Amino acid sequence: MKVNVKFNLNGQQVELETEAGRTLLEVLRNEFNLTGTKKGCGEGDCGACTVLLDEKAVNSCLTLIPKVNGCNVTTIEGVGEDGLDPIQHSFVEHGGIQCGFCTPGMIMSTKALLNENPSPAEGEIRKNLAGNLCRCTGYAKIVDSIMKLSDK
Amino acid sequence: MPLNIVGKRIPRVDAVEKATGGAKFLDDYSFSNMLIGKILRSPYPHAKILNIDTSRALKLPGVKAIVTAGDLPEGRYGAYVKDQPVLARGRVRFVGEPVAVVAAIDEDVAKDALKLITVEYEELQPVFDPIEAMASDAPIIHEKLQDYIAVYDAVRYGNVCSKITFKEGNIDEGFSKSDFVLENTFKTPHVHQCYLETWGAIADWDASGRITIWTTTQSPHVTQIRTSEALHIPMNKIRVIGTRVGGGFGGKVEPTVQPICVVVAKKAKRPVKIVLDREEDLLATRPRHASQVKIKDGVTKNGLLMARSIEVIYDTGAFADDGPGVAGFGAMMSLGPYKIPNYHIDSYAVYTNKLPTGAYRGFGNPQVTFAYESHMDMLAGKIGMDPLELRIKNACENGDKSVGGIVMPSVGIKECLRKAAETAGWGKHPKKNRGMGIASLQHISGVLSSSAIVRINEDGTAMVSTGAVDIGQGSDTALTQIAAEGLELPFEDVTLIAADTASTPYNWAVAASRVTYTAGNAIKIAADDAKRQLLELASKQLGAAVEQLFIKERKVISRETPEKCISIRDLGAISHWVTGGPIIGKGSFMVEGHKHDPEKVKGFPFGTMAGFIFGAHVVEVEVDEETGNVQIINAVAAHDVGKAVNPIGVEGQINGGFVQGVGYALTEEMIFDKNGKVVNTNFLDYKIPTFMDVPMIHPLIVEEKDPTGPFGAKGVGEPGLVATAPAIANAIYNAIGIRFKELPMKPEKIWKALLEKEK
Repeated sequence: MKVNVKFNLNGQQVELETEAGRTLLEVLRNEFNLTGTKKGCGEGDCGACTVLLDEKAVNSCLTLIPKVNGCNVTTIEGVGEDGLDPIQHSFVEHGGIQCGFCTPGMIMSTKALLNENPSPAEGEIRKNLAGNLCRCTGYAKIVDSIMKLSDK
Repeated sequence: MPLNIVGKRIPRVDAVEKATGGAKFLDDYSFSNMLIGKILRSPYPHAKILNIDTSRALKLPGVKAIVTAGDLPEGRYGAYVKDQPVLARGRVRFVGEPVAVVAAIDEDVAKDALKLITVEYEELQPVFDPIEAMASDAPIIHEKLQDYIAVYDAVRYGNVCSKITFKEGNIDEGFSKSDFVLENTFKTPHVHQCYLETWGAIADWDASGRITIWTTTQSPHVTQIRTSEALHIPMNKIRVIGTRVGGGFGGKVEPTVQPICVVVAKKAKRPVKIVLDREEDLLATRPRHASQVKIKDGVTKNGLLMARSIEVIYDTGAFADDGPGVAGFGAMMSLGPYKIPNYHIDSYAVYTNKLPTGAYRGFGNPQVTFAYESHMDMLAGKIGMDPLELRIKNACENGDKSVGGIVMPSVGIKECLRKAAETAGWGKHPKKNRGMGIASLQHISGVLSSSAIVRINEDGTAMVSTGAVDIGQGSDTALTQIAAEGLELPFEDVTLIAADTASTPYNWAVAASRVTYTAGNAIKIAADDAKRQLLELASKQLGAAVEQLFIKERKVISRETPEKCISIRDLGAISHWVTGGPIIGKGSFMVEGHKHDPEKVKGFPFGTMAGFIFGAHVVEVEVDEETGNVQIINAVAAHDVGKAVNPIGVEGQINGGFVQGVGYALTEEMIFDKNGKVVNTNFLDYKIPTFMDVPMIHPLIVEEKDPTGPFGAKGVGEPGLVATAPAIANAIYNAIGIRFKELPMKPEKIWKALLEKEK
């Protein structure tokens, strides 16, 4: 079944006619060539596919494309378009990135958190990012990168 | 000479591209005309293949090619014992074994095609438990075991793929001289690396019969040779390009999908991409060997270790894969960083009808370390000694010999123990249900060979190449630092190029914690060679003796007459256009030299190893009596790395390894059904640590320089994981007085044990 979907993608209005059963993750990667958003599990368990849907962090692998009609979608490519966003800069400076596969999702979840709470405590960071798995860093330097943002 | 670049906390060279989502991983690549490949897998653990009918599947619109073993030459690959076919030939040996591969216009058509392939099987008796597999009446999984090519003198029989023995001294005498002798059995489960990026490859044959493979791998060179030996394609016709790796941890050293992708691309005459979904990756790739360790230790009442005997059985699954290496290395690590004069170690890699197990951070060491470091605390308890004191008392020092007699020039274990204990507040009075535990570890960071090339460009900047992919550990950055320091050029003037077998010289693999030490040494040699050529050219240009010359701020200057100077840029240009020819430095490094004493070892699958590294972990836990849940209150990990090339990178490795160790200790295990099939193939049911499961980790860097490492450096890739589980087990014992000898120490197990204890 085909649907016509109109939404705002990284600040630009886009329109697409496609199968209703496709996920936002698959559409972003294959229709719009925005490969920054990753597939880690396809089942909503790992957070590698996190994007912002109307400023809230969602798993794009569990979001069916009709749901984004009329919404704002922000992917990692829409973050820091004029140089690095402070979150990206902090991750780079403080070792919050290793293999980089979880990184886009981590940064999107961090953005959603900081939009609501600009100075989260360590416990709040851990709780809000618990849906993003990382296998490389042990989470330590990711927490550190985010804490150091609020120091400014 | 003071160091300007090595030792500095330089942000990773690949951090920005990863932060912006611009870094391309395998699945981010698409080629025109590309097909999608999907693999048909065996539903049985042990069966004959009587017939495969692909006719219905071939008729499905959109299907372009199907390949089975019948289309392929006879060929088997394997790192140590070459027993593994690309696709199952006549027989399947585990649930999930690849039987056929389909290439189609999209994933949906490929999946539909799999359902239309009919395979007729005749079931055979399977065996799932390695101890049962060792019995004389067990079904034999590899009848032709003796005929397979092995790269070492393998002791193999029945379902024992490989047996390794280390012996020294007189074990019976050692026990008789001991005041206390303890004997226990420890068990560990299969656990999976769970890299966030699943396996993938793209294969494309060109018009002159050469194949290019893009793949997420820890070694393009290993992928190249396995493809060659399995499919009888000469290596000069195979090119493997390493794409950015989203985690490996050992799981991506040996191939899984690449040779399969190659064969279906050939039949389809189009590029084919195969990417595993998470379920497939957990079902049928290469997790850690489950183990059973029987350990017997003898100690005097004054705390001197006199004798140790160990029997380790590693479940290597349906194919050898890294089994012999794991069993051999685990055996070699069984004494730990301690002086024990009498020992007998027997280690086995045993075939079973489950998925083939392979390399995962620690490579056989976490299993034995869990056993012997738990045992150290049990011994300390017997003799009434502080566990920290018992470890320091028996610890090795610089110049001591490892198991089998290899000299270890740099041994920082005592400092690791003291530093970790002090930072963690060892010895403080515990609260109820809280406890602190300590564990040591030993590992290596030098094995096999690496090579490197350094080229000086026409403008005086430099290109460095070695076949090492950055798998997240930071090697691109650390190796660039080593090269820049060696060349005495600024860091930003040096670029490390991506691993590609067509252009980067051989590096065995990014594994075994070896890249800093082994590839680093090759790069240092190449950089020194290029620098020597630069200075010789400068000497001729300036009319000054080479010994007089030094490099500073991109210039070569004469000490005697400082007005005599020439820029590296000019030297670059002159070498290309005027005299001498382009400057190319080369470095080739093989870990050799001190070998095991042949009297002390049998069946060991490596030549030798070097770059011995050490660490100590101290963990404080709190156990919830109501739920059995273990909360980690404090985590300290001290590691002897020789010289930290990039401290941010070293800390990241320690942190990450430690947290994987927490998963190993408390929550991770692969669960098998009665057919030996992995059933918890998703992140909901296979539980890796999240942000909520660990506190901040405190990594401590100890630098006991190794004279054989580049600028004294050794590795740190794996050790972060190795000592965590026993440190936690010891902490739990100190918290609630219960000794757990099986991993994982899940909440329900702890809760049940607490109930038992109350009775």
